[in-house]
Amino acid sequence: MSYQFTVSPDFTPIHLSGWYIFNTWLQKQTDNAIHLEMYNDFQEQRDAIKNDNVDLIYANPFDAAMLVREKGFKPLVKSAGESDEAIIAVNAENHVEDVAHLEAGIRLAVTDDPDVRMMGMIMLEPGDLDESNIEVIPSDTYVIVAKHLLKNEADAGIFLAESYDELSKMIRRQLRVLVRSQISVIHHSLMIGPRLLDQREKIHDTLIQMNNDDKGRGVLESLGFEQWQTVDDEEMEFMIDLMDTLTM
Amino acid sequence: MLHDMKPEDIVGDFQEVTLALYGGLSRKILYTDIETPYPDGKLIVSTTDKEGVITHVNQSFIEMSGFGEEELIGAPHSILRHPDMPPAAFKDLWDTVNTGVKWQGFVKNLRKDGGYYWVKATVIPNVREGEVVGYTSVRRKPSRTKVEECIKLYPTLF
Ligand SMILES: Cc1cc2nc3c(=O)[nH]c(=O)nc-3n(C[C@H](O)[C@H](O)[C@H](O)COP(=O)(O)O)c2cc1C
Repeated sequence: MSYQFTVSPDFTPIHLSGWYIFNTWLQKQTDNAIHLEMYNDFQEQRDAIKNDNVDLIYANPFDAAMLVREKGFKPLVKSAGESDEAIIAVNAENHVEDVAHLEAGIRLAVTDDPDVRMMGMIMLEPGDLDESNIEVIPSDTYVIVAKHLLKNEADAGIFLAESYDELSKMIRRQLRVLVRSQISVIHHSLMIGPRLLDQREKIHDTLIQMNNDDKGRGVLESLGFEQWQTVDDEEMEFMIDLMDTLTM
Repeated sequence: MLHDMKPEDIVGDFQEVTLALYGGLSRKILYTDIETPYPDGKLIVSTTDKEGVITHVNQSFIEMSGFGEEELIGAPHSILRHPDMPPAAFKDLWDTVNTGVKWQGFVKNLRKDGGYYWVKATVIPNVREGEVVGYTSVRRKPSRTKVEECIKLYPTLF
């Protein structure tokens, strides 16, 4: 039997090859045939999940509720000590000092990364901004969000904090952070589907020990991770409840 | 357990009132006019059991309420009850979550030092294996316009 593995489409492009390397490593370690399928966008990936094509997924927190509560997925691990955080930034020459002073009608550059967009929109609420009174400037990547700000094609942008921090110094010098979230409990997770559940413990243990040998450490490095950390069922349920309160 | 508030904990000039709480409890409240602004980018999170007794708080909760974690865990959530909050708001909260639905509202909370802070709160039942095992509340920074509306509206709800 061959299984399918997929990665949340918001992974940073520099780690694309890392996911292939990881998949090769995982197949060897667990003696499974696993095919890595990269979907172009969240909708395509969700359709694949709905059609029960996915067995293993590095999932965006936004999709965790559907995976667990509708599709019987269980959490395995997350990247140790990391969480998804959002940033609202403007052009450095913009005089706005406080997010609450951004005005209705602003042009907001965003990607379709659902959890970052949600966190970003929550940070705009203090200024009475919501989807109904902003103009969305859709952007394929966070570099493009930055470009829209630099060219004054957008008044503010929502970034994944990690991607903002990876922008070149030269770009960051021309931008200014108005607010950075400090939520710390929202994170991507590697999750396992019904067809693989009987191997949950084995796969989990393999991942947790991954940083104990050079080979495994090298693979983790290619993903930009230091080590995996267990996500148990209750931690996942808690994150899903939290996401649920934020989507209202 | 809920203790009366102590003058030595209070920062600034205060007023005094006795609040009747659920289950025949009453508590002496000392409160001031000092507002602590909600910090940007943070969420204040707590979880209670089915009776509203606090079982978990995050670091932002501790910082904003001014209580230590050991004072909060095991205390009823009304430990933050501010006298300016109309009882109808909390009745609505409990009536809503008891039917298994999310509740959202603007709440003025009382700090240990007698001051206050406004939040936009969302309370959700924690359902595990089909059973409600408790409730989680997540607060975010409220819009000032909405807070101003509540400052006008809430006194009319007593
Ligand atoms: C998860 C959860 C969080 C709550 N958070 C607060 C809060 O932050 N402030 C507050 O005054 N009441 C909060 N309440 C409501 C209290 O339980 C209580 O109903 C309220 O303080 C009024 O007190 P009383 O019910 O004793 O009259 C919360 C309830 C739940 C279930």
